[in-house]
Amino acid sequence: MGEAIVITSGKGGVGKTTTTANIGAGLAQAGSKVALIDADIGLRNLDVVMGLENRIVYDLVDVVEGFAKLRHALIKDKRFENLQLLPAAQTRDKTAVSPEQMKDLVETMKEEFDYVLIDSPAGIEQGFKNAVAGADKALVVATPEVSSVRDADRIIGLLEAYEKHKPYLIINRIRPAMVKRGDMMDIDDMIEILAIELIGVVPEDEAIVISTNRGEPAVMNQNSRAGEAYRQITRRLRGEEVPFPKLEEESSLFGRIRRMMGLKG
Amino acid sequence: MFDLFARVFGREDASKDVAKERLRLVLMHDRGSLSPQALEDLKNDLLTVISKYLDIDQEGFQVDFSRHDESMALVANIPIKRRRV
Repeated sequence: MGEAIVITSGKGGVGKTTTTANIGAGLAQAGSKVALIDADIGLRNLDVVMGLENRIVYDLVDVVEGFAKLRHALIKDKRFENLQLLPAAQTRDKTAVSPEQMKDLVETMKEEFDYVLIDSPAGIEQGFKNAVAGADKALVVATPEVSSVRDADRIIGLLEAYEKHKPYLIINRIRPAMVKRGDMMDIDDMIEILAIELIGVVPEDEAIVISTNRGEPAVMNQNSRAGEAYRQITRRLRGEEVPFPKLEEESSLFGRIRRMMGLKG
Repeated sequence: MFDLFARVFGREDASKDVAKERLRLVLMHDRGSLSPQALEDLKNDLLTVISKYLDIDQEGFQVDFSRHDESMALVANIPIKRRRV
């Protein structure tokens, strides 16, 4: 029996889909059998981030409505054959599926896969309720900004109300240089405010933009700092103890000059 | 650059401290608040209980959250017409 993990955030644009794609590919790379569900009905994107948009025939709503069989709707990844995607419907809306139907679907998929990752839509309405319905665990993605942290706090409150979900925090797009000069909240600040367990810290990285352009998750790029962070999250999800490395500052000329001048900011 | 000078000479707080303080206050409010429906239910329940002992002016009956510096309070304003018992 596999484990279902929902990736959520409340606020849009903080990196839920990128996180889902990278953790999914990372788990597959490590040998697990993984299914990704795009629960953002009407605004699907996990397919393009994975580079699988041209292979879609059936979608989640087709499966739930009994119009297509699950195995016909699942798309095999290009790189890992143990990684599959169930795309969202693009021409329907969140009300096309109920939380009970999602729960049944996820239960069925857990029989076949080690991990079922569910990419939640932004917001706290039905789309969110659908996405969390079948999940055993929740990963809350937040960037070090007031709006994102505020929404994450709201989501954590809702997840705790559902009780069965233990939320874990992924801090996304942190910029070590800004943290160093006191212009961005640090890892400890965010843990202190949100009071949940940390499972990953992903630095801002241009490689994410480039890999999304190409439809290839950055987790496979050995030179990407974000990719390394996703590989560590993957290992932690698989039960390994992986220490959190110190935030490394990107070596900008300005940064080096400031350090030489002894200005710590 | 001006920012940097201002900070070196200690004239300006690091902006993350401003963010943390603002978050602390806004989350205190978010976490303590009820939805409008729940607040309405609370108000009706209070009304039922208090009406057992006092005849109250329902028009002027008000319940709301109020933020003080370090905490949240539930403030009820209950105009009384007369005692019942």
